[in-house]
Amino acid sequence: MDRRVFLQALALPCLGAVESDARFTVEARFYDKLPYKKIKCKLCPRECAIDDRERGYCGVRENRGGTYYSLVHSRVCAAHVDPIEKKPLFHFLPGSMAFSVATAGCNVNCKMCQNWDISQSRPEQVTSTFISPQNLAGLAGRSQCPSIAYTYSEPVVACEYVLDSAEAGRAAGVKSVVISGGYVQEEPLKQLCRRVDAIKIDVKAFTDKFYKEIVNGDLKAVLNTLVAIRKSGVWNEVVYLVIPTLNDSDDEFRGLARWMNAELGPDVPLHFSQFHPDYLLKNLPVTPVPTLERAKAICDAEGLHYVYIGNVPGHPAESTWCPKCRRVVVERAGFTVRALHLDKGKCRFCHQAIPGIWEG
Amino acid sequence: MRIGPQYGATRRGLLRAGLGGALVAGAAPAEKSRVVIARDPALRAGAPDSGRVLKLLDHAMQSFWGGDSPMDAWKRAVRPGESVGLKVNCLSGKGAATSPVLVEAICERLQQAGIPQKDIVIWDRLNSDLESAGYRVASRTDRIRCIGNDAVGYGTELEIYGSAGSLLSNTLTRTCDAVINLPVLKDHGIAGVTLALKNLFGAIHNPNKYHTNAGDPYVADVNMFPPIRQKVRFTICDALTAQYEGGPSYMPQWSWPFNGLMVARDPVAMDYTGWQILERKRAEKGMKTLREMKREPVYIATAAGHGLGINDPQRIDVVEV
Repeated sequence: MDRRVFLQALALPCLGAVESDARFTVEARFYDKLPYKKIKCKLCPRECAIDDRERGYCGVRENRGGTYYSLVHSRVCAAHVDPIEKKPLFHFLPGSMAFSVATAGCNVNCKMCQNWDISQSRPEQVTSTFISPQNLAGLAGRSQCPSIAYTYSEPVVACEYVLDSAEAGRAAGVKSVVISGGYVQEEPLKQLCRRVDAIKIDVKAFTDKFYKEIVNGDLKAVLNTLVAIRKSGVWNEVVYLVIPTLNDSDDEFRGLARWMNAELGPDVPLHFSQFHPDYLLKNLPVTPVPTLERAKAICDAEGLHYVYIGNVPGHPAESTWCPKCRRVVVERAGFTVRALHLDKGKCRFCHQAIPGIWEG
Repeated sequence: MRIGPQYGATRRGLLRAGLGGALVAGAAPAEKSRVVIARDPALRAGAPDSGRVLKLLDHAMQSFWGGDSPMDAWKRAVRPGESVGLKVNCLSGKGAATSPVLVEAICERLQQAGIPQKDIVIWDRLNSDLESAGYRVASRTDRIRCIGNDAVGYGTELEIYGSAGSLLSNTLTRTCDAVINLPVLKDHGIAGVTLALKNLFGAIHNPNKYHTNAGDPYVADVNMFPPIRQKVRFTICDALTAQYEGGPSYMPQWSWPFNGLMVARDPVAMDYTGWQILERKRAEKGMKTLREMKREPVYIATAAGHGLGINDPQRIDVVEV
């Protein structure tokens, strides 16, 4: 990677340039106009009804005189070159780098959010810089990143930018991956699935109670998203952040595994990640590794083929094991891929097909 | 300097008022809260005469704070040396925002009470909101300032209480010693009403997160943040023009000239009283109650439960003058 491009990308959050609001403002897609200049947002299941001059729950889409606008098109508040394993996507171009960008805002408010300073802020409250879709695709290419990752905050609320950038990326030979909480309506999701190459969805828990109290979202909507992605054929992985006492019961792990097996099939990778206290959940401890191992054991026993443990560098469950011959086919240490024993997507030892997108 | 008691003139009431930040939930005071409503039927609310507004303000302030003159009342409310913030409500622009004529009158009286121009700051969330409501943004520090949080910024340390976690406006935390809360008497399409308690959403960086469930318990929780509890001294609610439906945007078809100002130290009593005024108007117009509309401002009761004030009508003295 060119050093200047790399530094340029990393330096974005501290450039300090406050751009004019108009430059980032485009009419939003997915909304209905209502009487008295009100609008109803149709982007996520929350369906905010928004008065003139007001914004929805996400804080980045605004009603101006009865027309709804996204305020975050090309308004990038964070940009980094990350290993794709950091997303995490383990069955997608392993060992590659993803040009990772974020815009401000999110349509839920998870009490454990690690990036709350951007996800829970309005766009004018964080330093951003203008990166057009074409420039983003170019930056990714020059950084030798085969993919752009829309990540850190919630890409769904910036869907106009994601859709335009994914299209620009595709034209430039750069793939797009979305890292999302999956709280999105059917139509915008369909459009995302047409344009992006992989989607990682956070299932925050497997109970309505958790979604109501900790996330301010809705589990059923997220499960619907997973089913829709599966049907679309876009590559999908699932992450579950295990939080001590809140979503770490055997029943919950088993329920998730059974649901995934029945609705998505056994081949969708499931990552159990270690929680670290942050934001509004500073009173809970780091997840003990045995809890993560218990979660994995339960899901393995339920028949899921690819269950990983994340945020525990060096753990054997970071690697991909062939479900047939039980040998390591992708050996990982942290975010580093140490060895790849795959031939055209098949286990080098027993020729079992390992699902995923292994080559660009 | 004398600070009038919030809950009554007893020593205990005074201590409670002064130690607001230390009150614990459930420790509701036995005293009554007082809400003064001053009205001038000849005011012409849409284009009020500044002299009449000043007179109405004097009447309201003196009725609430006591004293032999309006200046006496103001000197009980603020003290020289303090930096006084005026938290206006401008999001909805002209028509449904705190009247600049009222704010001008308050600034005049503050200066006469010994607060120099440099120690007065008019503030709300955005410069553009202030401008759309008829204010002129001004950042010179030797004059009365008028500035949005977007220009001044927010702190970096989260304030957390209950379900709310927010960054607070630097104007509130760094500039102001005392805040006079200046909401408008109006309906809110999600939270039921937006009065004293909800106007403090303009002090946080993430109000969009706190409108679910008609703002309950978020409005109450935000008002528990110590800088808000400690600095917001009293409320003057702009009820020159009030709105009983369609808020917070300005909807002239649902507005009426109430021609009044409301003054209280207890934000819960203020909100309860204002809510009832709006409900009465809704009933008069044959409209459903806010409860029937599924946007009853339950957060007012939650705020009372937090010890922020009184929502029991038997314990609120509404004084109409």
